[in-house]
Amino acid sequence: MNDWFAYHILGLPERAALGAKPIDDLMVWVHYLMLVLFVGWVAYFCYALWRFNERRNAKANYGGSTSSMPKYIEVIIVVAEAVLLLGIAIPLWGKNVQEFPDPKSATVIQVMAQQFGWNYRYAGLDGQFGTQDMKLISEKNIFGVDPKDPGGKDDVQLYNGNIHVVVDKPVIIYLSSKDVIHSFKLVAMRMTQDAIPGLRIPLTFTPTKIGRYQIECAQLCGGGHSAMAGGFVVVESQDDFDAWMKSQEAKVAAAAAGPQSFE
Amino acid sequence: MQANVQQFPPFREPEPAHGHDDHGHEHHEPGFWTKYVFSSDHKVIGIQYGMTALCFLLFGFFLMLLMRWQIAHPTQPVPFLGPLLAKTLGPMAAGGVISPDLYNAFGAMHGTIMVFLGVVPLAFAAFGNYVVPLMIGAPDMTFPRINMASYHAFFLGGVVMFVSFFIPGGAAQAGWTSYSPLATTIPTNGQAFWLVGMVLLITSSLLGAVNFIATIIQLRAPGMTWMRLPWFVWAQFVTAFILLLAFPPLEAAGVLQLMDNALGTSFFLPTGLAVAGKVGEASGGGSPLLWQHLFWFLGHPEVYVLILPAMGIVVEVIANNTRKPIWGYKSLVYSVLAVGFLSFIVWAHHMYMTGMGQKIATFFQATTMIISIPSVIILTCMFLSLWGGSIRINTPMLFALGFLPMFGIGGLTGLPLGLAAADLYLHDTYYIIAHFHYVVAPGTLFALFAGVYFWFPKMTGRKMNEFWGRVHFWCSFVFMNLVFMPMFAQGIKGMIRRMSDGGVNYSAARVPGAIDTLPGSVMELNTWILWAAVGLGLAQIPFIINLFWSIKHGEKVGTNPWQATTLDWHTPTPPPHGNFPKAPRIVRGPYEYNAPGFEGSFAPQAEFPAADHGHAQPAHH
Amino acid sequence: MEIPYTVQNRPDTGIYNAKLGIWLFLASEVMLFGGLFSAYVLLRAGSEPGMWPHGWLDVRLGTVNTLLLALSAITTLLAWAACKVRDFRKFKIFHACTILLALAFLGIKSYEYHDKFIHYEIALNDGTFVDGHLVEKSADFDLKKKTGTVTLHGRAVTDRKELMDLRAPEAKAATLEEHVVAAADIKKMQNYGPWHNTFTAIYFTMTGLHALHIIGGTLVIFYLWGPGSRMWKTDPERFTNRIEVSGLFWHFVDLVWIFLFPVMYLT
Ligand code: HEA
Ligand code: HEA
Ligand code: CUA
Ligand SMILES: [Cu+2]
Repeated sequence: MNDWFAYHILGLPERAALGAKPIDDLMVWVHYLMLVLFVGWVAYFCYALWRFNERRNAKANYGGSTSSMPKYIEVIIVVAEAVLLLGIAIPLWGKNVQEFPDPKSATVIQVMAQQFGWNYRYAGLDGQFGTQDMKLISEKNIFGVDPKDPGGKDDVQLYNGNIHVVVDKPVIIYLSSKDVIHSFKLVAMRMTQDAIPGLRIPLTFTPTKIGRYQIECAQLCGGGHSAMAGGFVVVESQDDFDAWMKSQEAKVAAAAAGPQSFE
Repeated sequence: MQANVQQFPPFREPEPAHGHDDHGHEHHEPGFWTKYVFSSDHKVIGIQYGMTALCFLLFGFFLMLLMRWQIAHPTQPVPFLGPLLAKTLGPMAAGGVISPDLYNAFGAMHGTIMVFLGVVPLAFAAFGNYVVPLMIGAPDMTFPRINMASYHAFFLGGVVMFVSFFIPGGAAQAGWTSYSPLATTIPTNGQAFWLVGMVLLITSSLLGAVNFIATIIQLRAPGMTWMRLPWFVWAQFVTAFILLLAFPPLEAAGVLQLMDNALGTSFFLPTGLAVAGKVGEASGGGSPLLWQHLFWFLGHPEVYVLILPAMGIVVEVIANNTRKPIWGYKSLVYSVLAVGFLSFIVWAHHMYMTGMGQKIATFFQATTMIISIPSVIILTCMFLSLWGGSIRINTPMLFALGFLPMFGIGGLTGLPLGLAAADLYLHDTYYIIAHFHYVVAPGTLFALFAGVYFWFPKMTGRKMNEFWGRVHFWCSFVFMNLVFMPMFAQGIKGMIRRMSDGGVNYSAARVPGAIDTLPGSVMELNTWILWAAVGLGLAQIPFIINLFWSIKHGEKVGTNPWQATTLDWHTPTPPPHGNFPKAPRIVRGPYEYNAPGFEGSFAPQAEFPAADHGHAQPAHH
Repeated sequence: MEIPYTVQNRPDTGIYNAKLGIWLFLASEVMLFGGLFSAYVLLRAGSEPGMWPHGWLDVRLGTVNTLLLALSAITTLLAWAACKVRDFRKFKIFHACTILLALAFLGIKSYEYHDKFIHYEIALNDGTFVDGHLVEKSADFDLKKKTGTVTLHGRAVTDRKELMDLRAPEAKAATLEEHVVAAADIKKMQNYGPWHNTFTAIYFTMTGLHALHIIGGTLVIFYLWGPGSRMWKTDPERFTNRIEVSGLFWHFVDLVWIFLFPVMYLT
């Protein structure tokens, strides 16, 4: 029922993450409430306009409506909103921002937004990110990785294009931006998070459908805002992921042999 | 028209000259400049505000039209206006094509102009100035000269905003919200112009607010107790307080951002900012979120500034045309006070996606839900006022009635946005655009139209043409919905706002293989909306012609064409300087229509004791 | 009809128009400075550990200025009282004092500003810092051409943090002497203007805005003291109201300083 309403009446696009269903359900419940109110009000509205038109009711009744109906309706609205708020919305948000999976059992990615694309960073085989410092940020070193730290040597870093994640395995993304505010939006995952310079905000989702999804930049970030569409999340099986990771590592090694650079 | 209508006002209309020497205004017929430009008469200032605001509304509309063209036909030159744009705006509109930067400038300025130069001056300053003193039986605003200064500051602000389009680099491009660091990193002085313009507009609003509050507190005529104030006055009173207290923080923020832009400070710039390659010279250590908090601390109360005066107009019109008292006057008063207060503690519901923790999110979700309750009550009172009425349909009433469901849609769609988890999905999509346009465009704008048609006879002594008024209403009503309803669908499908290409880059056509792309059907809506918007514009032509034509040729009417009770209809038309030839005494509530014990369909709020000048006694009891 | 209650109180509200007006205006002023103070709090709370300056401002000068404003508040009050008892001569004297005190305040403030503008921090290419007041620049000093030298009277440090807390014992112990720096060795040279860091930024903004209020208030009071005082002959009661209203504004401006002083100078 809910899903039917979600897809066919609201027209929500299909979802591909574990946490998406509850969010859709919340949307649906709120819109039920809105719909009931709206229809009810409009019905009353039309009737009143017809019934009390001066042609039908030459002299107005000074007292007007004495019904106590409105009071009940108010109460019902209050209760309904309270239920939505306390029963669904608040817990859901809490889950969303507080319950993070254990990094060891998750695909951990650092994402640094910039005008107008996305930079991704994997810890690499050692599962160890190189230490970073905002002050070290430069065009060559977008994440401000400390070159002296061995932990960073095998980190895989990419610009735009596809990031790969494993299906049914939680993903943790540490989101930041090097210039202006962007916003990381995955429609199918029902996930949005502003990327704010100077802050490093974690977000998590668990993809459930294999496929390729686009990252939308949802925050006005300059002339290229509408064209900041170069980023994709590829959800794939563990094996495919490992294969991909290997190939990336090879590239890094090759690069490390030559002068250290991220291209 | 009922048969049993008496002729009001109860006193014989004194010819203006008489009205003057009566009360020792020793000033003579003023010249053009003192009369229309440097006048300190609240009525003239009101009309000045009104006309300027209407022009800006139209300007904002054309900006939007250009944007809609660009959205529907990205990278195609604008028909007709293209060459003009290319000539006036240079590289930003090379070949008559709207560049993304130009689109952003239009977007930011459309928002800014509609809000701060269109609706606020029209809803608050224009109607407030013209009507409030008349309604409370005051001779003028408390501080007429400050009132004049307020208009001039506003006008100057408008000029600064307008000029910024033509400077190299173009107008502000960071949205009407002007988020830092973007606002500081865009290479144009447009942002500086925007900030200076805003400071002027804020100053104007502050002066206005002080004046309104002082007037309503100090200049109420004898007997005009608080609970006898027409609700419109209450709405303006609360609005003034919101402006008075919410605007200064934005002024502060504006100063800070101006320093960031001009003096190289880093209030809103964090450490290690690397814009377009080079690491910024700025010292860093600032906070981008600080700007957002300061902005939204104004930003949210501001939206109630846009709606409350509009609701006030609607209540007046409904009471008058249902020919019965407004239902639940007291609840209306308490609700508007509640809204005014609560509007100060919901601002962060615009910032859920900035990495907000559970505690803060809980607080702001709760307050946001709570603030919707008084709004519901206000709407309910309006609806129930229809019950048992003798509803008279005329243009003002049509627009007032149109307001109700439109605001209903806009308001109701605010609820999912208020719940962080739902907003998580809807944030920055066209759903937001649709939400707030339903409240400000078919909502507030309709109420404002109602006000124009309603008080036009007061200002000119003539009615606007009824037929063309209805044409204006029905066309606007249809096209408004054709414009904004599809945006809900687009938003739900995940179309992002502020995209100069209308989402092409995320469309199925452009991104094969990706799962969550925008389907072609959704993209097509862009074209529909464009033509709907064009229709909406055409629908305004009857209004504009009607407005100017009726000034000279409209049907002549007496002082009280709507058989209204409130004081503004019981002074000569147009009211002389000083408003009331004889000081009124308020003897009853604002909406005594068809009250038992009075013959006639309405009993005016005021009596004009015949102390001097032997005017006729009020006709009733 | 004429506008009522321009001079007399409205019975039921117990206030006359201008007085209500100024109170409302002050309410918005409270929000204005409130916004700036909260900005200060947020910036300070968010600052990197150890990088928020302490003791950069001269507490003695700050204290003197505080006293000046406190005095001016009193003279303003007395000036109004003098009007109340219809003693025009006293009024003239007291408000003359107010104006002089205000000017003294501005004098000291501009000295403090100047002192910051000639205070430089130089980052050297070798990663160390020289910080102090400008003594002289050699004739051929040019950062771009990397010619000439600049002389600062202050101290040389290896870690920028050492420059932040001037109340720390080692900072107190440090001896200030003249350092001659060659332009060639300079990576970045910047004075303590608003752009220097968020502290100087908020300091200049808030005290600057406050100074503007002082200037505005002084102009009004001067007008009422000079040309405007003609009204005393025609309408003393209204004139007294004006003094009261301008006085209210002045007290507010003083009050703001009472908050600014500890926040900027002492913490
Ligand atoms: C006049 C302007 C106005 C008004 C009145 C409102 C009213 C409300 N708004 Fe809206 N809002 C805006 C203007 C307005 N808003 C603007 C301009 C933005 C975007 C800013 C930007 O980002 O650029 C915005 C954005 C916005 C957001 C941020 C979304 C985001 O960016 O992610 C949120 C979130 O909570 C929100 C919530 C609400 C709520 C809960 C109300 C409530 O007050 C609504 C209460 C009203 C009701 C509940 C309706 C009651 C009526 C009935 C029940 C009767 C119905 C009658 C019939 C159907 C006939 N609004
Ligand atoms: C009060 C506020 C207000 C009003 C009334 C409007 C009115 C309209 N807006 Fe506005 N809009 C905003 C405030 C407003 N808007 C804001 C704040 C934004 C966000 C900006 C940002 O992203 O930063 C926005 C953004 C915005 C967008 C999104 C742009 C984007 O995200 O990329 C769109 C897109 O369609 C749009 C369309 C419209 C339309 C079709 C109208 C129509 O309703 C227009 C109706 C107007 C008329 C029909 C003209 C009436 C005038 C007269 C009748 C004049 C008479 C003249 C004389 C007598 C001289 N607006
Ligand atoms: Cu990045 Cu929009
Ligand atoms: Cu809001």
